Amino acid sequence: MTGIRVLVGTRKGAFILNSDGERRHWDVSGPHFGGWEIYHVKGSPANPDRLYASQTSSWFGQVLQRSDDGGKTWETAGNEFAYEGETGTHQWYDGTPRPWEFKRVWHLEPSPGDPDTVYAGVEDAALFRSDDAGQTWRELAGLRQHGTGPQWQPGAGGMCLHTILLHPQDASRMYIAISAAGAFRSDDGGASWRPINRGLKSEYIPDPQADVGHCVHRLAMHPARPEVLFMQKHWDVMRSDDGGESWHEISGNLPSDFGFVVEVHAHEPDTLYVIPIKSDYEHYPPEGRLRVYRSRSGGNEWQALTSGLPQQDCYVNVLRDAMAVDSLDPCGVYFGTTGGQVYASSDAGDNWTPIVRDLPAVLSVEVQTLS
Amino acid sequence: MIRVILPPQLRLLARAGYEVKLAVDAPVTQKTVIDALEGRYPMLSGTLRDPATGQRRPRLRLFACQEDISHASPDAPLPDAVATGAEPLLIVGAISGG
Repeated sequence: MTGIRVLVGTRKGAFILNSDGERRHWDVSGPHFGGWEIYHVKGSPANPDRLYASQTSSWFGQVLQRSDDGGKTWETAGNEFAYEGETGTHQWYDGTPRPWEFKRVWHLEPSPGDPDTVYAGVEDAALFRSDDAGQTWRELAGLRQHGTGPQWQPGAGGMCLHTILLHPQDASRMYIAISAAGAFRSDDGGASWRPINRGLKSEYIPDPQADVGHCVHRLAMHPARPEVLFMQKHWDVMRSDDGGESWHEISGNLPSDFGFVVEVHAHEPDTLYVIPIKSDYEHYPPEGRLRVYRSRSGGNEWQALTSGLPQQDCYVNVLRDAMAVDSLDPCGVYFGTTGGQVYASSDAGDNWTPIVRDLPAVLSVEVQTLS
Repeated sequence: MIRVILPPQLRLLARAGYEVKLAVDAPVTQKTVIDALEGRYPMLSGTLRDPATGQRRPRLRLFACQEDISHASPDAPLPDAVATGAEPLLIVGAISGG
C-alpha cells in the first residue's frame, strides 16, 4: 500500500508525519530529540527505512542520528567532521581572513544506490562523505581546496553548504551550493570541483564576471533531466540548461524574486515552484500573503497558487530546505514555515491545507513516497 | 562512585536519568570524569568537548561543591567531596537564549 512520510526538522526537534496514498489524514509523531535543533532529516532512496538526521546545538555541538525503522527508533552515528589537511582561511563578514571552523551539518544527502553512503554539507562550508552509515566521515577536500576558498564569505545564516544534488545516473557528477560562495560542480565523484556561476549577477559584487561570492539559496534538479538546474538566489530565480555552465534569469512576473526554496514537480521537469519573500531584510511574503508560485514552462511565466494558504496578515518565512515533493500522481507538494505550519497540496499546488500547524519553526521538510 | 548531574538535553541524548554514577580511577579530574562519561555513554562524545580541539564547549559550565570550576585545568584534581561521591559534579548549559 502506498504511503507518504514527511520528515520535518524544526528548531526544537524532529517530527514525522505519515499518511496513506490519499494524503487526507496525517499522523504526527514527535518531537524526536525535543529541544535540539534538527537542521535536516532525509531518507535513503535505496532503503526508505534508513533515515539520517542532523541534530545540533550551540551548547552541545553536532550529533548525527540514524534510524533503520523509518524513524521509530534512533541511534547516534559518528559526529567527527575533521577538515582534511591545511585548514586555511575564508573571509569573515568584514573581509578579514578567518580559519575554517566546523559548526553544524546543514544538509544530508543519502546516495541513490547505497543506504550506507551519505553526504553531509556543513558549516563552515565543506562536503563530507560517509560509506559506513554515518559512523565515520571524510572530507571531499577538493571542494574547499580548489582555489577560491579564501574568497568565500558567510551569508547572514552562516557559511553553509546547503544543497547537494547527485546525478541520478552518473555517480561522477555532483552539484553543491554554498551561501555565499555560489554553486560548484564535480565530474569525478567529488574529488575535484569548479565554480559554475557564469551568468549570475549580484548587486553587492562589483565584478559581473565574479566566479564566486554569489549567495545561492537553493538548487533543484529533475532526475529525468539532470543537465537542467534551477536556482533560487538571494535575489533572482535562475535556470541553467547546460549543467551549470551558464545561467539565465527566469524570475519573470514574480512579485519578488527573493526567496529561499525552489523545487521541481516529480513528473513534469518544466514545472517548478518557488515561494517569493519580500526582501532580504523583510523575511516574509509580499503583502502578508503566502503564495506559492508555479511555472509550467520552466520559468518566466508564473502562476500564484493561493487556495488554502493565508492571504492576509501572514508574515512567516520558508527556509531553503523546507520544500519537497512526493512522487504520487498527482504530485504532492509540501512546505514548512517558520510559524510552524506544514502545508501540503495533493494536486500539484492547486489547493493547500496545513497538515500540521503549530510546530516549532520549521527548518527542513523532506518527503518519502513509500510503496 | 563519582556522581555527575547532566543537563536535560544530554540526559535525553544518553537516555539517562538526572544523575549518573561512574567508576573513575584516580586521579579524579574533569578530564578523567568526562572520559569515563563518554566511555559509558558514547553518544555523548563530542557534546561536552569539541572533537577538533578537545576544549570544553564554551556554553557549558562545570560546578563542584558550589564552586564554578569551569576554568580550572582539566587535569586538576576535583574536590575530595566529588572524588568520594559525597557531592556531585554538575554539568550545566549556560543560560544564553533559545
